[in-house]
Amino acid sequence: MNGPFDFTLALADDALIAAQRLAEWTTRAPEMEEDIALANIALDQLGAARLLLSYAGELEGAGRDEDALAYLRDDREFRNALLVELPNDDFAVTMAKLFFLAAYQLPLYTALAGCADERLAAIGAKARKESTYHLDHGALWVKRLGDGTEESHRRMQAAVDQVWPYTHELFAADPAAPVDPATVRPAFDEVVGPVLAEATLTQPDSAWAPAGGRAGVHTEHLAYLLAEMQVLHRAHPGAKW
Amino acid sequence: MSARSASPTIANGTGGASAREAAASVVDPEIRVITIDELGILRAVEEDPASGRVTVTITPTYTGCPAMDVIRADIRRALTAAGHPDAEVRTVYSPPWSTDWISEGGRAKLAAAGIAPPAPVRTAGVVSLTLAVRCPQCGSPETEQVSRFGSTACKALWRCRSCSEPFDHLKAL
Repeated sequence: MNGPFDFTLALADDALIAAQRLAEWTTRAPEMEEDIALANIALDQLGAARLLLSYAGELEGAGRDEDALAYLRDDREFRNALLVELPNDDFAVTMAKLFFLAAYQLPLYTALAGCADERLAAIGAKARKESTYHLDHGALWVKRLGDGTEESHRRMQAAVDQVWPYTHELFAADPAAPVDPATVRPAFDEVVGPVLAEATLTQPDSAWAPAGGRAGVHTEHLAYLLAEMQVLHRAHPGAKW
Repeated sequence: MSARSASPTIANGTGGASAREAAASVVDPEIRVITIDELGILRAVEEDPASGRVTVTITPTYTGCPAMDVIRADIRRALTAAGHPDAEVRTVYSPPWSTDWISEGGRAKLAAAGIAPPAPVRTAGVVSLTLAVRCPQCGSPETEQVSRFGSTACKALWRCRSCSEPFDHLKAL
């Protein structure tokens, strides 16, 4: 990455794509309370995404606003980490993604709140409060499923094994960024380790670390997600509610 | 909406309510028992004495709060009705909104409407997860959380074990 624009865009895209994926659960979550919870978390992510995209547009100075950045870029121009674009799959997979993302976003936003860039600091201070709830919610489910029945344990462990390799990309070093993501890895490990242990789950020890999202090289899943998210805006340019 | 903000009186800034009063009278569109002033999201109302132009500053409870557009429109409508048609509504994110900014009067109105008000946030930067929430119906502390996310971004769903009533709780933030 290179400079505050790329950094801000990467954070914005993480939040935007996470919001879109979470929103897919609306009307089909396992229970009504969870349906509302996931929609609420998606809304928080969308709120942060809008602030970050607007600011990224200003930093770029090419006249692109939040809508232009969200709706009029193709997959190769998105900078989100691969983790957030992975399909929802089993509910346990969604919870593993939610938990790992929150365990990364909370310390990142907290560090951002103290950075020199005033706009990013304000967004970080606001978003970290919401991330606290996301982390709490994800951790609760990881524990409940991991330390639940034999079947729920099996599926939660499978989900953690499946998603874990994608967490490494979140902490790729970027010393020039307002906050170097590599510096929040210890805070992530500090939270994740004890929760997995309490959930009777094994932390994977895999060296496989798929990456590429920050450079615009994505899995095949992102283009389908974007097609659904962008179709209305592209079919009816300028459409308003 | 209050009678004042619904009034069609256009008084050129002399006979109507002050800009501050007009903006402060706007109710939250999702929790209609409390005004944006009592909720602490109205941060400032400034009027340029020369031009009469009013600048209102608000801050969202949550970043994704979908009520913000309606609140902005309601503020402009209330100001126009009070004789301040030249108004700008600015949105700021810093310092971030806290439930500690809800006024005492606002807390009482929430409780009267069956919404348990939030406990004080103890430490700056750390969200205190409330341990004992009193039932707004019967006052019992024997309550339990059903879901930490509720009907709006700022509320959680709780249930009273004494009177069995479910109720909303405004989350400490």
